[in-house]
Amino acid sequence: MSSTIETLRRMANDIARNLASMGEREAVLATADHIDKFWDPRMKQAIFADGRTGLSDIARGAIDHLASGAHPEPQTRATEFNAVNESGHSDAG
Amino acid sequence: MGYERQADFGTPEVKSDEMVTLTIDGREVTVPAGTSVMRAAAEIGGDIPKLCATDNMQAFGSCRMCLVEIEGARGTPASCTTPVMPGMKVQTQTPRLEKLRRGVMELYISDHPLDCLTCSANNDCELQEQAANVGLRDVRYGYEGENHLGLTTDVSNPYFDFDPSKCIVCSRCVRACDEVQGTFALAIDGRGFASMVSAGQAEDNFLSSECVSCGACVQACPTATLQEKSVRAIGLPERSVVTTCAYCGVGCTFRAEMRGEQLVRMVPWKDGKANRGHSCVKGRFAYGYANHQDRILNPMIRESIDQPWREVSWEEALSYTANKLNEIKAKHGARALGGITSSRCTNEETFLVQKLVRAGFGSNNVDTCARVCHSPTGYGLKTTFGTSAGTQDFDSVMEADVIMVIGANPTDAHPVFGSRMKRRLRQGAKLIVIDPRRIDLVRSPHIQAQHHLPVQPGTNVAVLTSLAHVIVTEGLANEQFIRERCDWDEYQDWARFVSDEKHSPEFLEAVTRVPAQTVREAARLYATGGNGAIYYGLGVTEHSQGSSAVIAIANLAMVTGNIGRPGVGVNPLRGQNNVQGSCDMGSFPHELSGYRHISDEETRSLFENDWGVTLDKDPGLRINNMFDAAVDGSFRALYVQGEDIMQSDPNTQHVAAGLSAMELVIVHDLFLNETANYAHVFLPGSTFLEKDGTFTNAERRIQPVRQVMEPANGYADWEVTQLLANAMGLGWNYTHPSQIIDEIARLTPSFAGLNWERLNEIGSVQWPVNEQNPEGSPVMHVEGFASGKGKFVVTEYIPTDEKAGPRFPLLLTTGRILSQYNVGAQTRRTDNVVWHDQDLLEMHPSDAENRGLKTGDFAKLASRTGETTLRVLVTDRVAPGVVYTTFHHPGTQANVVTTDFSDWATNCPEYKVTAVQVTPSNGPTEWQRDYAEFTERSRRIAGTEMEPAE
Repeated sequence: MSSTIETLRRMANDIARNLASMGEREAVLATADHIDKFWDPRMKQAIFADGRTGLSDIARGAIDHLASGAHPEPQTRATEFNAVNESGHSDAG
Repeated sequence: MGYERQADFGTPEVKSDEMVTLTIDGREVTVPAGTSVMRAAAEIGGDIPKLCATDNMQAFGSCRMCLVEIEGARGTPASCTTPVMPGMKVQTQTPRLEKLRRGVMELYISDHPLDCLTCSANNDCELQEQAANVGLRDVRYGYEGENHLGLTTDVSNPYFDFDPSKCIVCSRCVRACDEVQGTFALAIDGRGFASMVSAGQAEDNFLSSECVSCGACVQACPTATLQEKSVRAIGLPERSVVTTCAYCGVGCTFRAEMRGEQLVRMVPWKDGKANRGHSCVKGRFAYGYANHQDRILNPMIRESIDQPWREVSWEEALSYTANKLNEIKAKHGARALGGITSSRCTNEETFLVQKLVRAGFGSNNVDTCARVCHSPTGYGLKTTFGTSAGTQDFDSVMEADVIMVIGANPTDAHPVFGSRMKRRLRQGAKLIVIDPRRIDLVRSPHIQAQHHLPVQPGTNVAVLTSLAHVIVTEGLANEQFIRERCDWDEYQDWARFVSDEKHSPEFLEAVTRVPAQTVREAARLYATGGNGAIYYGLGVTEHSQGSSAVIAIANLAMVTGNIGRPGVGVNPLRGQNNVQGSCDMGSFPHELSGYRHISDEETRSLFENDWGVTLDKDPGLRINNMFDAAVDGSFRALYVQGEDIMQSDPNTQHVAAGLSAMELVIVHDLFLNETANYAHVFLPGSTFLEKDGTFTNAERRIQPVRQVMEPANGYADWEVTQLLANAMGLGWNYTHPSQIIDEIARLTPSFAGLNWERLNEIGSVQWPVNEQNPEGSPVMHVEGFASGKGKFVVTEYIPTDEKAGPRFPLLLTTGRILSQYNVGAQTRRTDNVVWHDQDLLEMHPSDAENRGLKTGDFAKLASRTGETTLRVLVTDRVAPGVVYTTFHHPGTQANVVTTDFSDWATNCPEYKVTAVQVTPSNGPTEWQRDYAEFTERSRRIAGTEMEPAE
């Protein structure tokens, strides 16, 4: 069974490598945006505190970006959500 | 309402722009061209006698009861097979017709038992009714001659009997099996007087035949020949209530036909827009779980899971639970608490659970089972189309010319829709199946897939990209559509990507194991065959690249222009009855209802003002992360409504570790399920028959669920959640789910136009339903994509980390079977177990032979995660190197072997790819033995002699 931090590293790396085709700079931002929008604060804190071992370059860049206090603007449509009176988007599973 | 059969117009409704006016019995009637005289008469309240005609199948013209006279026409034509003509003058009742009909009826009755008073169909028999209608008073022929009255009844099917002595050979059952269900299990055997309905081959009975027990034949039978055993046992219903099935995402509507508080039978409602009067074995017959002896009706608590349960009052259970929750919150903070909403419960119940978690617990740790099924659909379709819902209604399939089924098995998992799809295929639509298994659709009676792509598990993205490669490089893209509807620059980037030789079918054949030529032919067919519709299921989503595969599917639909009109589209087949609804209701940890992110201040304020609380601004934990956090000690209390995460989530031992680590697990369910083994509080749940509310099916159709009986446990589920909320001091005071709908509508723009009264008036509506779409939206993206331009997104194939190798050389993939539903909690407690009483491991003959295994042998199934045992079924349905099983039985616990790997974007588990080894075995594994013992201990109830089996 993986430890939580191993799981978090794997999750970050998975996001990063699937967004890598955007180009490295864009992928760093998109990975950061994805983690910012979908991860619970304790998960973020755990990976911020982890020392970046076992992370790909893109994942590392994303975690560094978030750890600096950034909250990226939406980088993909998946992280664009409806505004309070809007109904166009949905992400029903 | 009182009991009466649904009106039967005799022949199906015809749609035509051309209208025809004729006169029937002196009354003028105008109907669409092509309508039968019988139906035209019925439209004005006429009742031409009939036996072989019924309005959900084509006219047959065999019974000779529906004869009419037409001015200027010779003879007495059958009104069911005679189309209306302009100016036609029809008489339905003349002395000549009376005589003819009476003579025909006399012949029928001469070979029919005259035991009407003791017949189970007395007063609900069309033969009896028509005999009365035609005024038959005497049978002149006697009963001494040869007849069929001594034939014995076939009682082999657990749900209905076949009594051939009462059969009038009208062929309605045979035609229902052919036309409605599409199984072709029934036939008329013999000729002339010897003609008889036969299930399967001569040596078969109904149970051993290919009959799938959908009930269409029983519904069609005009006599007591095919009848529900429940009617024989209980008697005829006295009232009926229209409600929505609680099994799969098709969302069939049924008439729950009642006698007192007893459910006599579930009969598919012909006006149901999702099912159009059809049903499957689950919805039609498998409702016995509602009154099963295992059902827990009293609340129970215990301090620790090694203690027996203690039955307590609702007050004690709720105050104990609320105190524990408050204690944990005070000690560890709100983020130590969370909940899981149920896709089997109503929208209103789901909305309340997420409200309880956010407003009562004070965290956003709420998730739903969509996490483990279609969350990649949400991500993928939102990324490409801007909104993630299925684009079509189910009716749309009847206008499809090419149907592509990917990672779905509609005839087993969504059987009623599967039957409609098969009907369209029999009409000539072409079929492409992409699936590691040779599912039934690939080849079944009168259906043959043009192309089956037996993809290697885990390589969907590679196959889908290679299909796109062919479409783009062979010049088959729909450039006009792309320029009008999509971002052209993004398309060009994507087109360059897919055109690369490394994405060609030839290059990828080694990875996907699909012959390149098959891929090329399938791509050409989809791109050029007319309306192309894609239907997909969990075989797409439950992968490490589930979201990428959904994106790749959307790319295919856009590049070929197959979006925005009937007959096309991208159609996720949702697993459970209310997956769509549970997501709409704000069940994900990052968003509130209507898909608004929790970090959005304005949205939070809207809810905060309405609910009178302050909400956490950060996303909460997903289900899989809850278990990690529990093991780490930061997540300590979980409220689970109607979901058995212990059996349904991957890597069972990890789930067990997470649940064991929690201080408080509250299970709110019908039965002591596997999760309840780890629970401290059990709150009894109610069935769909016991409550009002709404479900939203896979086509976004919101449908009423109506209470047909009182909750056996005392409270509907929404009431239990409210009681818990109030025990925590929240002061809720809903008295009916309609008030929850009002709150949803008030807080959620896409449901702004919804209310209970209106829904009951119109029957159902497909969201979005608001000012712009007051009648709802059957097809999406008609004028353009909901959020601007369609977006092509590059999908690089990234192999899963779960690899087969020397220790684990086979790939396991999992799925469902027709007769069972998900973890089987409901269907295992019905007679459906006669078709499937255990999970079996399907294995190719060559793999079985290499291991010395044959059908029926016990085998150990081992992965890097765990091991279990089950019996083997040797079959070439699966390719060499691939094995398959279902996950319906807790004794097997197929998820003991599945892994923690998950979709990169949504963490939907990778159920569909697990590297395994299979070896002969002589009994359960150590884990199975230990777990069985643990289960037995965990289910003890203090002070009761009877310990539930489960």
